[in-house]
Amino acid sequence: MSKRNGSSRGYQIFSLVVLIVLALLFLFPLYWIVTGALKTPAAINSPTPQWWPEEFTLRNFQVLFSKRSAPLFQIGSLTGPTIPGAIRWLINTVFMAVMAMLLTCATAAMAGYALAKKRFTGRVILFSLIVAAMALPKQVILIPLIREMSSLGLYDNIWAVILPTVGWPFGVFLMKQFAEGIPTEMVEACRIDGANEWRTFTDVMFPMIKPGVGALAIFTFINSWNDYFMQLIMLTSSSNLTISLGIATMQAENSTDYGLIMAGASLAAIPIIVVFLIFQKYFTKGITMGAVKG
Amino acid sequence: MTKTMSPRLRRHENISGYLFLLPSLVFFLGFVVYPMAMCIWTSFTDANMNSNTKDTFIGLANYVELWHDPVFLKALWNTIIIVVVSVPVVCIFSLWVASAIYRMKEGTLSFFRVVFYLPVVTGSVAVTVVWKWMYNNYYGIFNYLLKGAGVIDKNINWLGDPKYALGCIILILLTTSVGQPIVLYVSALSNVDSSLVEAAEVDGANNTQAFWRIKWPQIMPTTLYILIITTINSFQCFALIQLLTSGGPNYATETVMYYIYYTAFKLYRFGYGNAMGVILAIFIAALSAVQFRLAKED
Repeated sequence: MSKRNGSSRGYQIFSLVVLIVLALLFLFPLYWIVTGALKTPAAINSPTPQWWPEEFTLRNFQVLFSKRSAPLFQIGSLTGPTIPGAIRWLINTVFMAVMAMLLTCATAAMAGYALAKKRFTGRVILFSLIVAAMALPKQVILIPLIREMSSLGLYDNIWAVILPTVGWPFGVFLMKQFAEGIPTEMVEACRIDGANEWRTFTDVMFPMIKPGVGALAIFTFINSWNDYFMQLIMLTSSSNLTISLGIATMQAENSTDYGLIMAGASLAAIPIIVVFLIFQKYFTKGITMGAVKG
Repeated sequence: MTKTMSPRLRRHENISGYLFLLPSLVFFLGFVVYPMAMCIWTSFTDANMNSNTKDTFIGLANYVELWHDPVFLKALWNTIIIVVVSVPVVCIFSLWVASAIYRMKEGTLSFFRVVFYLPVVTGSVAVTVVWKWMYNNYYGIFNYLLKGAGVIDKNINWLGDPKYALGCIILILLTTSVGQPIVLYVSALSNVDSSLVEAAEVDGANNTQAFWRIKWPQIMPTTLYILIITTINSFQCFALIQLLTSGGPNYATETVMYYIYYTAFKLYRFGYGNAMGVILAIFIAALSAVQFRLAKED
C-alpha cells in the first residue's frame, strides 16, 4: 500500500470484510430465487428453511410450463402451434425489448448528432424541452397514454409499450453527449469532400459514436425488459403478457406456491442478468455518460 | 462559422437538422409531450376510462377534492417518509461503498459494482416476489432467523402489520436503489484530480480533511445528480406496493404512485388520477430545485 492510499491497514481490512458481507446479502435474494425454484413443495413450506435444497426437483418448472398455453403467434386468422404460456411471455418480452432497443438507438443517434453538430433554429429550446421532460416522473404520462393508445387501436398490444419507450428522451440526451465529443472538423472535412448529409452521418459520425450507441442499446434493453408499470397498464390478455407481468399475475392467483413463483422469477431474471453480465462494460459507461452535466 | 453563416447554409442546416431529428421528434412529441399536456388538461376535467365520451371541464374541483381526500394525504405523507428515509441512506451508503472500492483492481471493482447493481437488473417483479417469500409469516427466513437469534419470540406478519409494513418496503427499495449511485460515485471519485489530493497530503492534511476539502467539492455535481435521481425513484415506488401490500394494511403503505394507479384503474377516474400526477410532478420539480440550490450554495 502506498502512503497515498492513506487509511490504516486495519480500516482497510475492516471495510473489505463489511463489503464482502454486504455483497453476500445483495446476492442472497437471487440465490433464494434460483434455489427456491428447484425445491420441493415440502421444503418450501417448511418453517425451517433449507439453505441448500436437500432434494432437487423440476416440478416447479413443469407446473409453470403446463399452466397456461398460448399460440406461438397470431397474425389475422393464422394461428401458430400451441406453446406454454410462459414461453410465449418470454418471446413477447424479447420482441418488446429488441424493438425498443433498435428504434431507440436509430432515432436517438440521429437526433443526438443533429443536436450536437447542426446549427438549426430552435435547437436550444428543443434541447431544454428534452431535459425538462427527463426530470419529470415518467409514470405521470401513463394514464393519458392509455387513452391515446386505445384511440390508436394499440391497447393490449405490445407496441403500446414499445412506442413510449422509444419516445423517452434519455437516449437523445445520451447521444448528444457522445456526439459532442467528436471533433466538428471531422464532420466538416467530410462535407468539403463532397459527401452528402446522410453519408456524413453513416460513414463518419456513426462509427465514432458506436460505443455510445452500444451503451444506449444495453441500457434500453434492460430498462424496457423491467418496465413493469408500463407493461401492467397496457397489456391485459393472457397471451400478450410479458414475463414480468405473467409472473405477477401468477403470483396473484397462486400466492402460496412459492416454488412455482420462484421458477417464474428465475425465468424472468436469468436471461436479463446474463445479458447484463455480457455487456456490463457498456452499461457502466452509459450510466456515467448520462450523468455528465445531468 | 456559427456567427457568419450564409442564408443558403443556414437553410441547409435547418432542413438537414430537422430531418435528422424528425424520427425521434415524432416519438417524443407523440408519446411524451402530448400525454404530458393531456395529463395537465384532463386534471381539470372529469375524464374517465372511456375516450369517446366528452370530458367536462370542472376547473379546480379535482384539486380541491384532493386537498380533502384523507387517503391522498396519507399517501403523500407515506411517500414523503419513503423519500426522506431512502434518499440520505442511499447517498451515504453508495458513497461509502464507492470510496471503499474505487481504488481496487479492475476485476474486483467490477465484481462489487455488478453485485450491487444486480437487484436493479433482476427486475422489480422477481425481486419483489422473493422478498415477499422472505417476509412471509410462516415460511419466511426473517422470522426464522430473528426467532433463532432471540430477537423476537413469536412470528411477525411483517407486511400485514401497519407498524412494520412501510419499513419493510423501504428496505427492499434501498437494495434496488444503490446500484446506479455506486457506479456514478466510483467514476466521479476516480476522476478527482489526484495532484490536488497529493498536494494536500504533502501539506499535512489527513485522510478525512483531504476527503472533505478536496474530493467532496469535486464530486458535488455527481452527488446532486444522485440526490435527484434517487428522489425521483423513491417518489415512483410502485411495483413493491402493488405486489406486496396494495397500499394496506389500513393505508399504511399507500403511496401517491399507487393511489394514482388505484384511482385510474380501479375507480376509472382519470381526471382525478391525473390531478395527483400533476401534484407529484410539481413536488419532484420543487425538491430538485431545492437540492440544486443547496448544492450550489455549498
